[in-house]
Amino acid sequence: MNPKAPNAARHALWVLCCGALSLGATSTVMAAEGPAAAPPPSAIERALADLSSQDQALQEAAVALLIERGDASLLPSLEELRSNADRSVRLAIKPVIDLLKNRAHLTSEDANTRRSAATDLGMLGKPVAIPWLEQAAAREPNRWVRYTMEEAAQLLKLAADDAATKMAAATKLGELRSQNALPTLKELLSGSSAGSEQSDQQKAVARAASGAIERIEVWASWSGAIETIFRGISLSSILLMMSLGLAIVFGLMGVINMAHGELMMVGAYATFVTQEWFRAYLPTDLFDYYFLASMPLSFLVAALFGLFLEATVIRFLYGRPLETLLATWGVSLIMIQAARVYFGDLTSVAAPSWLSGGAQVMVGVYLPYNRLFIIALSALCVVGIYLLLFRSGVGLRVRAVMQNRDMGACLGIPTRKVDAYTFAFGSGLAGLAGCALTLIGNVEPGLGQNYIVDSFMVVVTGGVGKLAGTIVASLGIGGLNKLLEPSFGAVYGKVLILVLVILFLQRRPSGLFTIKGRYVES
Amino acid sequence: MSNHEWGTVAQDRGEGLIFWLIGFSLLVIMPLLNVLPGPDSWLHVSDFALNRFGKFLAFAILALGLDLIWGYTGILSLGHGVFFGLGAYAVGMHLMLTIGTESVYGSTLPDFMVWNQVKELPFFWKPFYSFWFAIAAAILLPTLFAAIFGFLAFRSRIKGVYFAIITQALALSAWLVFNRNETNLGGTNGLTDFKQVLGFRLSDPGTQRGLYVLTVLSLGAAYLLCRWITRSRTGRVLVAIRDSEQRVLFSGYSPGNYKLFVFVVSAALAGLAGALYVPQVGIITPAQIGVLPSLEMVIWVAVGGRGTLIGAALGAVGVNWARSILTSSFPDLWPFFLGGLFVAVVLLFPGGCVGLGRRLAEWWRSYRLAKQTAILEPAGKG
Repeated sequence: MNPKAPNAARHALWVLCCGALSLGATSTVMAAEGPAAAPPPSAIERALADLSSQDQALQEAAVALLIERGDASLLPSLEELRSNADRSVRLAIKPVIDLLKNRAHLTSEDANTRRSAATDLGMLGKPVAIPWLEQAAAREPNRWVRYTMEEAAQLLKLAADDAATKMAAATKLGELRSQNALPTLKELLSGSSAGSEQSDQQKAVARAASGAIERIEVWASWSGAIETIFRGISLSSILLMMSLGLAIVFGLMGVINMAHGELMMVGAYATFVTQEWFRAYLPTDLFDYYFLASMPLSFLVAALFGLFLEATVIRFLYGRPLETLLATWGVSLIMIQAARVYFGDLTSVAAPSWLSGGAQVMVGVYLPYNRLFIIALSALCVVGIYLLLFRSGVGLRVRAVMQNRDMGACLGIPTRKVDAYTFAFGSGLAGLAGCALTLIGNVEPGLGQNYIVDSFMVVVTGGVGKLAGTIVASLGIGGLNKLLEPSFGAVYGKVLILVLVILFLQRRPSGLFTIKGRYVES
Repeated sequence: MSNHEWGTVAQDRGEGLIFWLIGFSLLVIMPLLNVLPGPDSWLHVSDFALNRFGKFLAFAILALGLDLIWGYTGILSLGHGVFFGLGAYAVGMHLMLTIGTESVYGSTLPDFMVWNQVKELPFFWKPFYSFWFAIAAAILLPTLFAAIFGFLAFRSRIKGVYFAIITQALALSAWLVFNRNETNLGGTNGLTDFKQVLGFRLSDPGTQRGLYVLTVLSLGAAYLLCRWITRSRTGRVLVAIRDSEQRVLFSGYSPGNYKLFVFVVSAALAGLAGALYVPQVGIITPAQIGVLPSLEMVIWVAVGGRGTLIGAALGAVGVNWARSILTSSFPDLWPFFLGGLFVAVVLLFPGGCVGLGRRLAEWWRSYRLAKQTAILEPAGKG
């Protein structure tokens, strides 16, 4: 540590030098740019040295100077200083580093860095950052980064001593519907109501704060509702992709495929293996495209599995749904254990970079790309299945067999072949669903089990053999699931859904939509 | 389906003989082999083996009930784990309360409540201080629950696969609810660490022997009950429902009532099985009442031979025996074995072991017949 006396002496010397320099510079052009333009390097160096000073005042002055005049180029030396210094010095340096670093990040190329820098500056609570944030906000092209910058600046202003500034900041935060400001605003409100005697100004601030809180909370409940709906749709889309395959297979062949979840698992592992293969054999800049390759691959692999399953087990059990249920459950046990033995318990797939992140559509509503992708994919599947079933020759045959197998056979439709290919197609859909699931969860042997019961509920509720029934039922069950979750919890929500489904089946025993026909026994 | 369940008088006598033989050996010989020979004798049945066998026999009671509904009436229930669990938890709660201050924390409250910082015994636990209430609840709770669930399900004519799926969802829901801590049923760890029942120490081999004998007697009673039901007019209607529900309906019967009746009886038997299971095994957790255990119960019946009471009981004992051997020596292989069993039973021998036995017997008879005719009419045609 530097002794006090020489330090003070050097400080005096520095002031003198500074004065002399600025005097000398008045005649030059540089002077027009103001004091912040080019502080003499020695000044910064001085301040750096002073940071380690024992003198509190000197240290504070140095901190203030560094914050005001420093920039990101100082960071390495500051870091070095911090790593060698004792605790009190480290504490003094920390805010300097944080402020300077985040200030530098405000002008970063990457929008996310800019945004998190603004958030950090807001959290640091140093009023000095207000002008930086405001300047940055004025330049900011991205709407949501600008929003964060303004929010951070207002948050800092809220801590100001001046009541008028406080009031303005509270009102502005209310306009911004800032969720982050809620705790501070509430504190402000409770702090001002606790005091017995209040000035008019304090009352005005409290009024502004409570107005802002109300605005924010109303907005939050709306945006929460929108997010719930989105989550519901997201879950529904996963259920839909699973149930589509199930419903087609059940409707066509009367086969309850309990191994459907495991075909999904096959798709997920196919995606995983594709990823590993890309990582091992292809250049890294191609890695992001592995997901595009894995989608058709997982479909194909699962479809082949399905074809094999059909040929070895299902074929012998047509028309006996309960038996298929038991046999395919056995198959699913074997597949789960095989995956566990071969792949181990937990593996995960790294989502490609073009699917990470998300889109902010409103204040407080953030939609992740991977969920959006799954929704789009399931919509695409529905369209694809619709075209295939209702607008193609193959679909005509499938529907004919579905409606009247014997008559179809009489008319020369190879019903067994139709069965096999339809089963393979349903399995492929499961594989595709599994591929999509890797985006939002781990790849594990029990992957399919999490959704199988729910998707069977969808099939039962939707009615057999009707595309529309499956879509409506999966939207209903997925949406209800997420709707009930906040108030009842995930578990009781599920129980409630079971009760609702049973009650629903009281009114419509064979589901939402049924194929109309003249037979009594289904 | 064939008529072979409708035994002739001769078959009846044979079955009666088998019943008394098995009953005698289970009830008298097994406990005697446990008590009399020294531990080194090859005839000795260890305490552990006897206890384990008692567990299998409790499962056999459940299998009888399940056979009644699936084998005879053709309704596949994938939710019997729930009824089993209700019975087991009812008795488990009583046993939990009789631990008293012997628990780890020395509180009169069960350990898990102390752990979850529950200060007072929840109201629904209080009646379970009474032993007889717990026993009654073990039977009546599943009965009542099955009555409500069955009433709703059968009234709207949910049948076949739909019923199976709904009951499976029921098993999943029950598993989820029993897993929760705030339901005060022990959460994931379930109820365990029991010490005594009616003053008898559970760790005492004598108590376990007593429980074993009680299980055998209950199994015998359950068997006679099921036999009585299946031989009665009602039993004939049940089989008719299995073979063609429409025809039964058009013949002026109301299948819904019969189905409800058999569902309730089968749930009560499952509850009884659970009640006998808990004191012998000493633990009940949600893992034993979920989706997979409920499906396994179905496979016991399928392996033994559905539609025959002896087969269901045999299947329960056999599969569980295989399970306890395989899971201890090859834990990784058990799921393969179980899955293979599901597929094989359905594809290769739908009649289960009893069906296979019958087929073999028939084959043997026709073989002998062929031989006799061959002897009587020597092939002289050249």
